[in-house]
Amino acid sequence: MARKTPEVNSSSTADMAFLLLCFFMMTTTMDQDKGLARRLPPMPDPKTQQENQKINERNIIQVKINSQDKVLASSKASSKAIVNISDLGVIVKEFIKNPSNNPNLSEGRDTTIEVGNKRHDFRVSKGVISLQNDRGTSYEKYIEVQNELVRVFNELRDEEAMRAFGATYADLNEEQQKIIKDIIPQMISEAEPKDLSKK
Amino acid sequence: MSKFKKKEKREVPQPPSGSLSDIVFMLLFFFMVTTTMRETESKVITDAPQATEIEKLERKDLTSYISIGSPTAKYQAMYGTGAQIQLNDSFKTKEEIRDFIASEREMRNEADREFMTVAIKADKKVRMGIITDIKQELRRCSALKVMYIAKQPVE
Repeated sequence: MARKTPEVNSSSTADMAFLLLCFFMMTTTMDQDKGLARRLPPMPDPKTQQENQKINERNIIQVKINSQDKVLASSKASSKAIVNISDLGVIVKEFIKNPSNNPNLSEGRDTTIEVGNKRHDFRVSKGVISLQNDRGTSYEKYIEVQNELVRVFNELRDEEAMRAFGATYADLNEEQQKIIKDIIPQMISEAEPKDLSKK
Repeated sequence: MSKFKKKEKREVPQPPSGSLSDIVFMLLFFFMVTTTMRETESKVITDAPQATEIEKLERKDLTSYISIGSPTAKYQAMYGTGAQIQLNDSFKTKEEIRDFIASEREMRNEADREFMTVAIKADKKVRMGIITDIKQELRRCSALKVMYIAKQPVE
């Protein structure tokens, strides 16, 4: 005769689960880290003689941040001037876009890319933003400037995406995103560090 | 005979508690899945700067953290208030970053190594000098993918 096993008293499972729950709730960290993703340039090889890349002067805009957290922007079109952050965005955007083909702003190269069966005309800017900072610059300012530059590029990408595909960059498919990315590369170059205070 | 019956003491029925344990278990599993144990104790204060164009950190398992900031009150007696670099669990000098990156790289899958990201978690008051040194050091050991941890501004 099969003997009945007595039922296990289950009224305390809730308590045990509560205990575990409390433990995991205490140890949980839900914060997700976010930040600005950047790629550092590779270290130049000391053995090979470094040839200076010849970049046309008009294609460079220099952005410097000094130890007092003042931002300086200078290109061929404008001499050195202290700018605030929102002006920097405007200057850089105009420099890259160069809508009026100003010979003192960045050069452009016209390309036509066929997507599907439609042809799109794009202007690829040759402009490079050279970012320099002092050892005394605060990290906060540095990130602010980096953020502003990234914002300008995102804005430009959005505009081009809107013009060519009628949607914002984030809504494009992968292939379209790649096209836009190639047309507007994030040309932010960080100069080899040097001490700006010693002059 | 009274027209009104004497009110009986009406009892509120006990809510059924049979499913309570199920609910709790569900919560429990949720937290167990989302939990990540705090691996390292933060010994430096890192109040991240604000930025709007930030992206989520993908592949947390492929990320190594470098924290830079002034030590917390507990360690100020020993290390002062100047900016310090924290790798894993202890204060390090910038020369030790190379070993740190090498060991972090060793820990990862061979296929994943190229996707390794270094998250720079620096306090906003830190000067760029120390950050530049770290960046140079990272370039030297060709850990080129970096992410500057920042937080979304509150509106």
